[in-house]
Amino acid sequence: MNIKYDEVDKLLTCQITEEIDHHTTEKIRRILDDEIERYIPKRIVFDFDKVSFMDSAGIGMILGRYKMIRMLGGSVEMINVKSNVRKIFEMSGVHKIIQIN
Amino acid sequence: MENKVKLELMSKSSNEAFARIAIAAFVSQLDPTIEEIADIKTAVSEAVTNCIIHAYEEKEGIIYVTCILKNREVTIEVQDNGIGIENIDMAKEPLYTSKPELERSGMGFTIIDSFMDEMKIESIVGMGTKVTMKKTIK
Repeated sequence: MNIKYDEVDKLLTCQITEEIDHHTTEKIRRILDDEIERYIPKRIVFDFDKVSFMDSAGIGMILGRYKMIRMLGGSVEMINVKSNVRKIFEMSGVHKIIQIN
Repeated sequence: MENKVKLELMSKSSNEAFARIAIAAFVSQLDPTIEEIADIKTAVSEAVTNCIIHAYEEKEGIIYVTCILKNREVTIEVQDNGIGIENIDMAKEPLYTSKPELERSGMGFTIIDSFMDEMKIESIVGMGTKVTMKKTIK
């Protein structure tokens, strides 16, 4: 995972660098929660450029982080989402809640 | 043309990636598109994850994954000797999950059903579950 924080814009960019499934979400979730609690960002961007595979475990993982960030008053977006991953977000309606750019 | 492979996996989450990659590699002899392979990988991942989380409740167990190729048709069976499913119709409902505390989305069977051409679930409570899915490679 590559994490970047922009102090001025209070923007946290999280580039996920592995396949997302039930096995990997546990670790990804722990890292993200730590970073979110540390910075309390105003805006968070999940970069999916390096995510070649995601199954339904990713839906719960992203929605869980979304709830957390919204509670802290921040906004969420996703970028560089590949078509096979996008399909999973669209099927579950996540794209209606979180902006995919 | 007929071909078949059978995998026996311990119910460990690190085997989810192995199962979907092994099946994808086996199916690749039919020269599927990238999208077809992605769909099959996702369906296998969902079915194997179900065995680990639900059937064996993250305890020890064996998962059997069989893949049969017949002409252009791929049949994948994912079987466990776990707790079984009491209400299959409910389990198939989109967004239904028996484990919301794990941040599960309840989309597993819905994804299998839509990514594959056919899905069949057979289950006996206390005995186990078999999920059979089919997809024809165009």
